[in-house]
Amino acid sequence: MKFSEAWLRSLIDPPVDTHTLASQLTMLGLEVDSVEPAGPALPHVVIAHIDSVIPHPNADTLRVCQVNVGATALQIVCGAPNARPGLLVPCALEGAELPGGMRIGRAKIRGVESNGMLCAADELGLTAPVEFDGLWELPADAPVGESFASWLDLNDQLIEVDLTPNRADCLSLLGLARELALINNLDMNPLAVTPVAPVITDQFAVQVTAQEGCPRYLSRVVRGVDLTKATPQWMTERLRRSGIRSIDPAVDVTNYVMLELGQPMHAFDLGKIRKGIEVRYARTGESMVLLDGKKVDLQAGTLLIADAERPLAIAGIMGGEDSSVGEHTQDILLESAYFSPAALAGKARYYGMHTEASHRFERGVDSALQERAIERATALLLSISGGQAGPVSRVESPLHFPPRPEIKLRRARAELVLGQDCPANQIEEILRGLGCEIKLDGIDEWLVKAPTWRFDIALEVDLIEEIARVRGYDQIIARPMVMDSHLGQSVESIIPMRKLAHHLIARGFREVISYSFVSPELAVLTGSQEELIPVVNPIAAELGVMRPSVLAGLLSTAAHNFARQEDYLRIFETGLSFRKMDGRYQQKMSLALLMAGRAAPESWNDNRAEVDFYQASNELAALAQVSGISLEFSPLENDPLLHPGQAATILSGGIPVGRIGMLHPGQLRQLELPASVALLEIYSEALVGAAVATFTGVSRFPSVRRDIALLVDRDCPVADLSAIIKQTASHLLAEVRVFDIYQGHGIDSNKKSVALGLTFRDKSRTLIEEEVNEQVRLFLDELMRQKGAQQR
Amino acid sequence: MDHLTELTNDLLARIAALSDSATLEQVRLEALGKKGQITALLKDLQNLPGDQRREAGARINLAKQQVSDALDHKRDEIEAAALAQKLAADRIDVTAPAFGHLRGSLHPVTRTLERIEQIFVQAGFSVEQGPEIEDDFHNFEALNIPSDHPARAMHDTFYIDPSHVLRTHTSPVQIRTMENKQPPIRCICPGRVYRCDSDVTHTPMFHQVEGLVVDRGVSMANLRACVSEFLQAFFEGDYPVRFRPSYFPFTEPSAEIDMQCTQCKGAGCRICKHTGWLEVGGCGMVHPRVFEMSGIDAEIYTGFAFGMGVERLAMLRYGVNDLRLFFDNDMQFLRQFR
Repeated sequence: MKFSEAWLRSLIDPPVDTHTLASQLTMLGLEVDSVEPAGPALPHVVIAHIDSVIPHPNADTLRVCQVNVGATALQIVCGAPNARPGLLVPCALEGAELPGGMRIGRAKIRGVESNGMLCAADELGLTAPVEFDGLWELPADAPVGESFASWLDLNDQLIEVDLTPNRADCLSLLGLARELALINNLDMNPLAVTPVAPVITDQFAVQVTAQEGCPRYLSRVVRGVDLTKATPQWMTERLRRSGIRSIDPAVDVTNYVMLELGQPMHAFDLGKIRKGIEVRYARTGESMVLLDGKKVDLQAGTLLIADAERPLAIAGIMGGEDSSVGEHTQDILLESAYFSPAALAGKARYYGMHTEASHRFERGVDSALQERAIERATALLLSISGGQAGPVSRVESPLHFPPRPEIKLRRARAELVLGQDCPANQIEEILRGLGCEIKLDGIDEWLVKAPTWRFDIALEVDLIEEIARVRGYDQIIARPMVMDSHLGQSVESIIPMRKLAHHLIARGFREVISYSFVSPELAVLTGSQEELIPVVNPIAAELGVMRPSVLAGLLSTAAHNFARQEDYLRIFETGLSFRKMDGRYQQKMSLALLMAGRAAPESWNDNRAEVDFYQASNELAALAQVSGISLEFSPLENDPLLHPGQAATILSGGIPVGRIGMLHPGQLRQLELPASVALLEIYSEALVGAAVATFTGVSRFPSVRRDIALLVDRDCPVADLSAIIKQTASHLLAEVRVFDIYQGHGIDSNKKSVALGLTFRDKSRTLIEEEVNEQVRLFLDELMRQKGAQQR
Repeated sequence: MDHLTELTNDLLARIAALSDSATLEQVRLEALGKKGQITALLKDLQNLPGDQRREAGARINLAKQQVSDALDHKRDEIEAAALAQKLAADRIDVTAPAFGHLRGSLHPVTRTLERIEQIFVQAGFSVEQGPEIEDDFHNFEALNIPSDHPARAMHDTFYIDPSHVLRTHTSPVQIRTMENKQPPIRCICPGRVYRCDSDVTHTPMFHQVEGLVVDRGVSMANLRACVSEFLQAFFEGDYPVRFRPSYFPFTEPSAEIDMQCTQCKGAGCRICKHTGWLEVGGCGMVHPRVFEMSGIDAEIYTGFAFGMGVERLAMLRYGVNDLRLFFDNDMQFLRQFR
């Protein structure tokens, strides 16, 4: 909410400067967002009267005006279409400097002398209360020759407060003044609202069927108004400084009262309403055209103001076009109602219409304010546009007024929650200052009723907050907690993700953090279509789907960096991947890793190798060693993301836990990536479980090594050969090492040679030649039988 | 016997003249090998009469010793020369730069989270995690934000379906913790959160860390101490902290946490918008309705909760001036952290 400081000070004027006033509001929980001058200083800009206007002899679009600026008369050349005799306008005299930087001096314009400039609002760095076609047309009572800035009272500050949803009571000058009065221990200037005595007897029939939604509906007939009269400048200026444009006296007055007291009001054109008014809920199939010209289909259950035939307004949100006031309006029906927040909840959002009225009603308008507001509005309206007011007619159902429960407040509880001493007399003083009704209910205990304008006080703790707030949060002195001391746990069988991250960093990887939502294209590429989880209201289409794989973000990160001349990339990310499985959202912590471009950073010792599959599988092996787990690979040929001949599913105990491989060459161009990209993705759960080490002894006896060279089919997995040997071996086999894999010259093109180093050892004795030979013979037989492996 | 002197002198001269280990070995064999000249003289001793044998033996052994010493000395000399030559040959440029994979880096947000966790874990807080696609109950209802509550407008929410959202804060993790544990509870909940908002100062995803303490007798004075001590520890400086009244549906009383500007020390600068204060988070005493919905007796227990933006803390700590840099993941940016 934005308002003029001068207006606020007309209600409460604490002896503090603007800065302190703003800081008082902020520390009350009414955060001041900005304080800015109401307008520029504008020296040498005065109010001028245009005496005469004649065409410029040398230019069609210009005219020569004779103006009166008080003591002197001036000739000024002007191009504004609305320049005409009799008009009062702002005039920049010689020596003036306008906000845009323009300096005004004597000049000849197309051969005609011009001694100043008649101004439009934007030339003065201001917004006029209404839009003019050129010059700012000032009201007839503007004093000719007087300084424009002082007439407009521009020596003022615009204060904008950013109110939290609980403080609807401060969406008015009255509410803000109330808070400042309390904190400064001052009395507010009473806003004199004297009831307007009815001079006619006309009343309009009102029936409220939706009583719980509209517990109070006040209305008043005002006949014979002239809405072509101009709203006085003091009112349009206050409205303008709150960001509200002047429309006509009826609308201006209702807006003014809303800002002043906090009561949103409405003015209907009585001549356009048929028979009585009914406050009811919308029925299925109803529609109406609103003030802004938009036609809406009404949702059943929307609170409406209707006449006998049709909806007139969506209660508390916006009026209808049909019954709106205009310059021809003669008779008005003023509405001042209390609509309950529950009845309006969510409605403005449903219709996509957040209005000043809906903002207040859905947060809570003082349910005791309606009478005062309608009297204030009537008085203001009559003073501007004339007319005759009827009596206020009231339809009320007190049963549905907001409840004002008696809240039990215990001093001991306040002291416990705040951790501070709270003297009883101070508590009473604060609560009374806030407008609460209190009565003693035991020693240092009270029963408290919150004032009608506070919708946020329902529980004891709400009162405790008020006590703390008015005392000042700075009165709460920090006091460290006293806690039981227990030693923490140290679980060795779970490897924290942090440890894996630090391991990767030590191996040269940089951690990245990318958005959890990705483009549909990346989602389809890294996941499977039927498992994708789209966001209903994404911020942009390219962030429209929850990532099914953490690899998605790494791919776009890689593209971003290669586009910026990086040629060596080792990155990883940890985070959730999201898949829809059996109608549920599976959110699994994953670790993903990407290596691309050079195998190592460019250096004087560079071998210029590019990243390959085995570098990725080495990284996985190293990761597995952090937790001491073993993982297996099974070839993966049908993943659209990965090279069909250089990819594997990662298995842990036979269960798939991830994938590894080179990026499919067919995807490089679309992903804007250079040649070699190795990818690895694994569920964290496969990496974090570790067996606690168990010591199995150290052998003091020498080991025996045997090397065997095998000729096998080219597609025969080396892992199978090792596995067969391990399955066949006795406890004497300590280690199998693959020390050569060869394809090429000297070997059949569909064969490969694999050399294995076997180490045998016993814990209690030196091995005999024959038993080692026997083991090797067993291996060779089994390898021959299962894989057709021949010894070379 | 002149022969022996001649032989000895000859051998010593040859040894002195030679300069490689192969020749040295050859001379050794010629002199002292099985068929060497001095070895032959020693063998001939047995042919001498007994009275001459002793004297001759002594002379020959003396000669043998002389030659042997000369050979040893020469060997040492050759080896020293060879080593010196090798050392000279092996000389490299020790100033050449390192190569291969050097150390990578933690993302500054993770680094910040690690420091935060470390500070709280030292004080006996646990670290709790939760889902990021969260149900409406845990993200809103259980936090005293019923549907259509105006406070929902404070959260620009991403929806997954009518009853699931991307969590708008990590507070649902607090609810889940209270559902599963009885007081005393001391935990922090770090993680990713999502708001449908994107401009210079907002990214649609960011990180929060929230803290929760529930026990008998927990007060707002304790909250103030906890938050102040944390900020002192995190920023390694004694910056004044102030609480400013605010509103969150899940706490009452509620406060914004302002810390004196780390840049200008309160004098007012661009970073703090000339207020001298930086808004670093929100906090308050856990609302009784939140306790009620999580099955904790609000009459017996009180608690406090606080939440801070991790990127905000990282920006202030490391002087990062643009929030969006955290998610661009440009290597130029990431390389500046450890």
